[in-house]
Amino acid sequence: MPDSRMTKVLHAFAALADLGEEIAETSDFEEMVSSALHVVLGALGIRRGAVAEYDARLSLFRFVASRGLGEAHPPDVAFTCDEAATHRSGDGQLRLDASALEKEIRAALPDLPAESVMPLVVRGELVGVILLGAKASDEAFNAEDHELVRTLGRHIGVGLHNHRLLRELEHRAEENRRLYDDLRAIYQDTVRAFAAAIDCKDKYTQGHSERVGKYSEIIARELGWGDQEVEGIAVAGYLHDIGKLVVDRDIINAPYKIDAKQSSELNRHPAAGYEILRPINHPYADIPLMARYHHERIDGRGYPDGLKGDQIPLGAKIVTLADSFDAMTTDRPYKRRRAFAEVIEDFRFNSGKQFAPEVVIALCRAILKEVNGQVRPRQIVKLLGKGYLESERVPAMLEELIVELEAGDTLAARHG
Amino acid sequence: MTQPNHAHTALNPLSDGEVAVVFAGDYVNKLSGQRIERECRLKLESGYRALVINFKGTELVNSIGVSILLGVIDIAEQKEARVVFTNVNRHTVELFELLGLTRHVAMAESDDAALATLSEFAAPSPPQGH
Ligand SMILES: [Fe+2]
Repeated sequence: MPDSRMTKVLHAFAALADLGEEIAETSDFEEMVSSALHVVLGALGIRRGAVAEYDARLSLFRFVASRGLGEAHPPDVAFTCDEAATHRSGDGQLRLDASALEKEIRAALPDLPAESVMPLVVRGELVGVILLGAKASDEAFNAEDHELVRTLGRHIGVGLHNHRLLRELEHRAEENRRLYDDLRAIYQDTVRAFAAAIDCKDKYTQGHSERVGKYSEIIARELGWGDQEVEGIAVAGYLHDIGKLVVDRDIINAPYKIDAKQSSELNRHPAAGYEILRPINHPYADIPLMARYHHERIDGRGYPDGLKGDQIPLGAKIVTLADSFDAMTTDRPYKRRRAFAEVIEDFRFNSGKQFAPEVVIALCRAILKEVNGQVRPRQIVKLLGKGYLESERVPAMLEELIVELEAGDTLAARHG
Repeated sequence: MTQPNHAHTALNPLSDGEVAVVFAGDYVNKLSGQRIERECRLKLESGYRALVINFKGTELVNSIGVSILLGVIDIAEQKEARVVFTNVNRHTVELFELLGLTRHVAMAESDDAALATLSEFAAPSPPQGH
């Protein structure tokens, strides 16, 4: 082999290695294509050229790299693959006819260098094109040059194809995420609408469901729950009384103490709520159970199932306390709300009986942090209204109860 | 700016206001190629009328390196500046001839020889092979 021919073959061979290296090592897509174009131009000694990717959805060529054509890449070029360039092969697959395609592309890109036009086709799909200007040697392209461009082009085509797949995947993931967000928003709206419907039925407890949701959320966060679980418990709080939708409105709104029969009718609401919520595919765990168990008591004297202690899920224990706390701190038909000192006394009396002490501790800590100004915004203070927690004794009362409960010193424990 | 003053550049031949020297380094690939292109651009923008790219010690010029050098030639032509390659080894000269680079730049054995070539460029008739 003459020296010059040897040099040419070696240079072409090295170019292929350079291309492989660039495609493998460059993570930035545009830089990868730009380097690939350099390789092609450098392999044959060409001053002007460009690589465009084909966007089949928008039917256009978009230039990703160019050289010797000015500072900016050429503008996008509309292009539709004509039928002349496609045919069915023996296996029935649609194939692109490279030379017909080349002619069509040439016609579509009259103002660009086109000594060589190499359509990039991967798995029967047009993914891009390489446009090359004249060789610096002024020699015409020979068969070997075309073969080299074709070989380099195959690799570049695969690079473009992979990039396209990756982008489609990202696009689909993004779409799924948006769809999921939309569904979640619809779910949250539905939950809120239900809460409003529940509270509408009970004219004396306006906003009760929403407040129980908020208190449950605050307690769960204080207990160190994660975002997803906290969202879930807020939903459980919103929906805990949904069973009241099937209870007679007159019983719920009775302006006097209800009799035993009416009471047992009212007490159906946790189990009824469970039945309403059970068929729904909630994005959070245990929502129906939290509704069912929100009138259970640690000492086993609650309803509907008379569960005891750890038989009751922590989420239900949280909703129970949030529910009672709101009942004590809002005006009811036949009694005004209690002073905060009385609420603390109730907590002290009922910890270990009606309420789980660790949940009472969490609520007390959350209130204490707000009262001491350690957290913003002060959600509980706002929900309870101006002045309710203003007494100087509030922090001491809370601290005292926390210490007692942390020591396991509950009235229930004292009385065995 | 005037054409190179031969008498003056003879004293300080290649770093005078008219002619800039850029060293290619031992391997002209993407990284060093980009460095060469950047330096050449800067020199041309700051008013130099001729570039001498010195390939002393250059073992290999890969495909990306060739493409970048073609780009430098392009920029120089736009600025009407001359380019001379010096100290190019035999193998690389062969490659540059094969790929047509030598049709667009002057080749010189050394920087001194480049200066002589550049004074020819300064003559009214266009240089051969350009
Ligand atoms: Fe309830």
